[in-house]
This record gives sequence, C-alpha cells and structure tokens, in this order.
Amino acid sequence: MRRDTVRRLPRGLRRLPKSGLVGAVLVAIVMGIALFGRLVTPHPAAQIVGAPYLGPGGGHPLGTDFLGRDLLSRVLAGGLTVVGLSAIATLAAYLVGATIGMLAAYVGGLTDALAMRSMDVLLAFPPFLFLLVLASGGGPGPITAVIGVAVIQIPGVARVIRAAAQEVAVRSYVEAAVARGESTQYVLSREIFPNIVSTVVADGGPRYTGSILLTAGLTFLGLGLQPPAADWALMISENRDGLTFAPLGVLVPALLIMLLTIGVNLLGDGIARSLGLSRSGELVES
Amino acid sequence: MTPVLAVSGLEVRLDNGIIVIDEIEFELRRGEILGLVGESGSGKTTTGLAMLGYARPGVQICSGSVQVLGNEMLGEPQEAIQRIRRDLIAYVPQDAAVSLNPSVRVGAQVSAILRARGERGPFEDRVRSVFERVELPASEDFMRRFPHQLSGGQQQRVSLAVALVREPAIVVLDEPTTGLDVITQDRILREIRRLRDETGAAMLYVSHDLATVSALADRIAVMYAGRIVEMGSTESLLGRPRHPYTHGLISAIPDTTPGLTLRGIGGVAVGAGERAAGCSFVARCFLATSQCREEAQEPAHPTAGTMVRCFEWKRTPPITISRNDERLRPVAAEEAWLAVSHLQAVHRTRAGIVVAAYDVSFSIGPRRSLALVGQSGSGKTTIARCIAGLHVPSGGQISWRGALIPAKARDRSRAVRRDIQIVFQNPYESLNPRRVIGAQIARPARQLRGLGRADAQRDVALLLDRVRLPARIATRYPAELSGGERQRVAIARALAAAPKLLICDEVTSALDVSVQAAVIELLMELCAELDLSLLFISHDLGVVASVADEALVLEKGRVKEHGPVASLLRDPRADYTRELLAAAPKLPESVRAKGAP
Repeated sequence: MRRDTVRRLPRGLRRLPKSGLVGAVLVAIVMGIALFGRLVTPHPAAQIVGAPYLGPGGGHPLGTDFLGRDLLSRVLAGGLTVVGLSAIATLAAYLVGATIGMLAAYVGGLTDALAMRSMDVLLAFPPFLFLLVLASGGGPGPITAVIGVAVIQIPGVARVIRAAAQEVAVRSYVEAAVARGESTQYVLSREIFPNIVSTVVADGGPRYTGSILLTAGLTFLGLGLQPPAADWALMISENRDGLTFAPLGVLVPALLIMLLTIGVNLLGDGIARSLGLSRSGELVES
Repeated sequence: MTPVLAVSGLEVRLDNGIIVIDEIEFELRRGEILGLVGESGSGKTTTGLAMLGYARPGVQICSGSVQVLGNEMLGEPQEAIQRIRRDLIAYVPQDAAVSLNPSVRVGAQVSAILRARGERGPFEDRVRSVFERVELPASEDFMRRFPHQLSGGQQQRVSLAVALVREPAIVVLDEPTTGLDVITQDRILREIRRLRDETGAAMLYVSHDLATVSALADRIAVMYAGRIVEMGSTESLLGRPRHPYTHGLISAIPDTTPGLTLRGIGGVAVGAGERAAGCSFVARCFLATSQCREEAQEPAHPTAGTMVRCFEWKRTPPITISRNDERLRPVAAEEAWLAVSHLQAVHRTRAGIVVAAYDVSFSIGPRRSLALVGQSGSGKTTIARCIAGLHVPSGGQISWRGALIPAKARDRSRAVRRDIQIVFQNPYESLNPRRVIGAQIARPARQLRGLGRADAQRDVALLLDRVRLPARIATRYPAELSGGERQRVAIARALAAAPKLLICDEVTSALDVSVQAAVIELLMELCAELDLSLLFISHDLGVVASVADEALVLEKGRVKEHGPVASLLRDPRADYTRELLAAAPKLPESVRAKGAP
C-alpha cells in the first residue's frame, strides 16, 4: 500500500460510522479471544478433566465436551486456527488475484482474455469438490486448507479488482505515466492500486468472511485441522452428537464464528465509507 | 405592463445555514429573454430552479417571493405550486440525454404532459404540431423512437417540445446548449429565439457563456458568489460594463479575431460559505478598496434599468482589446521538429471500425504553435494521442527532429519521451487523487531527467512558481484544488520533463471562461519563456484564434483546411470552416469595435 494511502487510514478510522464501530468492537472481542485466549486457559486444552458432556458448573463454566475436556479451555485455545488460517488464505488470494486483475485491466487485449477466461474456469469448480480433490491429493492439514481456500478466492478477487482497475486505467494520470514510459510495475503499484484501495477494503470484509466459513467447513469435514487439536470448527463437528443435552459445545464456537463474520463485514464497509472515497476515487468532503 | 415573473428578496441556503444565493431581485416581462450568466458555483442554476419553487435536496428556499403571473410560488401548498408548474412555467434542463426517460418513446413523453394536466386525448395532432414547431420530423415513425435513437440536438428539441406543449407563459432554460457542438448549438439558439417570437413566452436563460447569451438575451444579469452583481440591457452591459467582474468576463471571452489577447481574472471564485463581509469579488478585483472589503454593497442604478453592486463602478474602465500582431506575421520556414505524414488511425468498437484520422499530414517548427480544430468525433484527440505514443496509428509516420519515432511511448527513447509532453482535457482526472501534488510534479523530473530527490524537490518549487501557484500547494492533494489550479499543476508536471513540444488536449474546455483565459495567458507566456512548440487541440475557434499560428480544421478524421490562423479566420476556404466560423458564439461586433484601439 502507498504511504499516502496508509497515512489516510487513521484519519479514516476516526470517522468510522456507528455500524463500523460495532463491527470493530465485535472483531476486537473475537480476535482477542482467538489470539490471547490460549494464554489464560484454566486447563490444558487436550486434557480430559471429567465426564463427557457435563453441563456448566463445578469449575467448568461451559461444561465439558464429548471426551470430557474443559470446553472453556478449548474455546479459548481454538480460535487462532480459524482466524489465522483464513486470514493467510485471504491475503494470499489478494496477492495473486489483485495482480492478475490489475494486469488484465491495464494490459488488456490477449492478456486480459487469457487471464479472465482461466479465472472463469476456476470459478466453475464447486468449491467443496475442489477442496475434497485437493485434500485427497495433498492430504488433509492446515497447509492444504490455506492453499485450497486461497485458490477458491482468487477468481472472485481478480474479477472485482479488474472491474475497479479498468475504471482507473483510462484516467489521464495513468495515461500520463504511460506516455512517460513508466514500467508496468510502477503503473500498477503507484498509479492504479492506491486508487482502488477503497474497493479492496470494501470487498475484503465479505471475502475474509467467506474464507472463515470455507476454512471452518473444511475443518468440520475433517479436511483441515486434525483432532485432538482445539479448533472452533472442529469443536462443532466433534460435539454435534451432544447438541440436545450439552448444546454449548456447538453453540459457543458457532456463535464466535458468526460474530467474527458479522464484525468483519461491518468493519470493512465502515472503513471503505470513512476513507471518504466516492466511486470515482475522488475524495469527498464529509 | 405587469411583469409575468417577479422575484424579490430571494434567499436560498444549504441545510447547514450557509447562504447559496441571496438578495436576488428581477422582473421578466412578456416575450422578454433574460440571460442569467455566472461561472460554476455562482448560484445560477439554484436561482433558475427557485423560479419553479423548487430547491435541490440539501438546500432550502428561506425567504423572498417569486410571483408567476401574480401567483406566489414560495411557501404555498404543494398542490398550488404544482398547478402553476403544470400550466404556467416550464423548465428545460441542461442535459436532455439524462432528463428524458430512456424507456419511453419521445411522442409519449410529450403527450404525458397533456395527460398529466387532465386533458383528454387523442393528443397526436397537438404532439405533431409541437414537434413541427421545434423543427423535428413529425412523422409517426419519429414519434415512436426512443431518446437514445436521436442525436444530441434532437434530444434537446424534444426537451423543448415537452416544455412548450403546455404553452407556458415562462420558460426557464438551464444551459440547454451546453455539451452540444457549436453548429447544433447555433441552430437551437435560433430555434429558441423564433419560439419566443411566436409564442410570446418570457424566458430565463441560464448559462455560463456570456457570448452565447449575448446573441439571445434582451437583458443580462451577471451573478457572482450567489448575488446578481450587475444587470442591464444586453447592449449597455456588454458595451459599457460597470462591475469589474463583468469587465473581466468580457475580456476573457475568446473571439474569432485572430491574435486577440485574452485576459483572465486571477484568483479563484468564491464558493458557498466563503463570502466575506464586503464584496465577494474583492480578492480578484483590480479596483478594490478597503471600503469594498468591509461594507456590503447596496445596488446602485447608474441609469434607468441598470443595476450594479459595486462602490467603484464609476472607475470601471471601458473594454479595450489588445492584439499580439507579432504572432500573425509569417515566419521564415525552419526545419520542422515534429513531422506527421499521412497519419491514419482507427478505433475498433463493437459496431465496427471508426476512422479517426485519414491521411493527416502537418509539421510544427520550433517555437511555433499549431491547432487541431474540430468537433467531437473529428479525430483531433486521437491524432494527439498518436503523437504522445498512447494510440498506435494504423498507417503513416511520425518523426521528431528528423528521425522516425516508434508508435508506443515505451518503445521511444528517453530523449523523445522527455521532449514531447501532453496535458489532458479533464482536470479532475489528470492528477492522481492519492498522491500529493509535489510528488506528481517531481516524478517526470526524476524519471525522465534523472534528477535526484533533492534536485527534483527544488524543481517542484520552481515549476509551481512558473505556473503561478504557491509553493505550499506541493503538500496538498488534488481534491483540495480547483479545476483551474489542477490544470496548472498538470502543466507543471509536463514542464518538469523540460519538453520541447507541449501537446494540450482541450486543456481549457472544462474550465470557466475567466479561468480559461488565465490558463491560456499562462500557456502563451510559457511558450515564449521556454521556447516551447505547442500542439493545441480545441473545438473552440475563438480559443484557437488567440493561441495558434497555424490551424488544421478536421471533420471526421479528414483535413478540411490547413493554413495560418489569421487567413483561415478572415478568409476561410472550406465550407466546413465557414460553417464553424458562422456558428461560433461571439460577442456583438459593437463590443469589440468600440474597444478597438
């Protein structure tokens, strides 16, 4: 990101609309649990401390899971993987997808056609089928999950970025750079990218949400993280047999994932709006 | 005779209390055309809409009175106002392409008005007669067309038909010809005049273009910063302006007099909420005194029927014109720097191939300026883009200082890229909104001249000074600048490469007249100081007349005429040039003649 753009960010955060603030608080809470929860677990996450499916009480505020492990400890320890893996996957998707999208928009012609048609092919695969095939080839595990989720996200990112970049690529300041003989890399990183940041931020929220859900789904199906690791999605899968008599084992991790996705969406929209960007990329006074 | 429209004490504010227009006062008589002239942000459109008792979202009509044939428009119940709008006063908006409903056939759009008035059909005959009146084909087939199937001029005529079918007593026209080419504009203006004569409707003609208004209006009101600063009959206002702003506007209007020196008004127009206690024009005024700064101006009436809002109106000098005859003298043929021969260029669209340039040849020598003149679609911009290396020609050659140069900018040598610089049309798109001004000006100096960071920074200050901008602007973002300032920055960015040829693609067409003149003044000075050659692209023969030595008149990619500007304007050979010249808006002969030395 350009220095100028970065300098505007704090100013933007200060002007966050209310819905964005709610999102920021939600994200902060869930992220806080995910990042620092592991430091304050009352019991080791993998230690069996009592009977399975105990209700809340007796030193276990949320009860125990299907093996009799402390649920609170597992919730506190199990966030990092969902939050972290999907973040890495989303970033990877942007790195590749944004480059493809901007190149397609700026260079145009055959490059554009080739890049976008191959994106269409990727888009045509049902995501979970693709992940299943990948997992059966590469074996289940966090790396497979990250690569799989990133690849699924790339075409969507590339399309959105291309549409935004196409509008910017015909502006006179880009033409001025072309007439000066600037390199493609310079034009993309200095002239085009800073002017589509608002799109990236607005698109990033739902995109990250998608990654969280995909990662969680993958883990739920047993293709991501493997037991006995503590992980929110894995917990939902493990404890679903006890849903009727010890529902907290499923509801708490599910609620946390839900709050995170809602928070990320609200925050992303809020930032995009408070950056004060109209669609043309002009700064609007507010 | 009582006026059909009487406005007094009209005041409109933004929702946050900032005044947009105030103390608006005028009358309109039957069959009279009043031109309401002002530059962008002067409040002219707000005034026009207030005549219909309407204010755009975000603004409110606060006080005053607007009477249409004795009916008050302000503060009355909605139904009463709507009845007046339906029966007595019509509005013709600026952009017909946007204001017509794209999914309704044009005949139906006109009859919808009659239906809304509660009249019973069939309406065919009346629609046909109003189409005839605005000189549109009144055939069944034409009325069944959709707006997008019509040309810009025809769309504007449909707009007029919608306004006129109800036979209103008053028509408010808001820049009805802006965006149309000069020939179409000229026809629409004739039309409006004829319709006024036939129907006896009173018209309020809102425009930024004093030259256009002068050909049409009986009286003119000049607005600045939300107030009418001068009003009078067209003849007296143009012949003997009494407000320094009017004086400046008239001096800034391009005319097809060869070699005319345009004079711009310095400074930046005052926006809403920036008004001072005294006169709003004081910062740009050459007659300003301390009294002007502190006290509000009451309207003065130099003669019956004229009004001026200025303490110093008696000191406003008559209009004088100056010519730069130096430039009109033929120059001995020198070696050409830029030589374009048999250039061909096309655009590939879904509809097929459009020829943008067909066998175009010309050359530009050192310190000479050549203009490409033509309407939109004439290919002038494409030719400029070919020379700048942004469009690959399909045939012909371009050479620079004797050597052929590659088609694409990136294949050209650094020296060529440095020598040829381009300034673009739209000031709002020509600067990167995400980078500070200083960085944008420094970049060409570093990249094309290989200057270090410190040297480039020093250059930025020099260049800003050269384009008459304060050095502190270097740390600002483009959004903080006005259109005219942005265009100066774009010129500074081009100059940072230390070019030999400057391509100016319609650089002033998005600017107000007074700012346009100032930018042209600047360009002329820069060319002289820095020994630049100039390739000037414009649709405006008036601007070309005061900028170029030589001109190429283009129509649909073909050269219609090529020669020295002076002879081309005095004695045009091609019919097309003659047509363009006749249609170009200009001030009445008397104004320039009176001022001639």
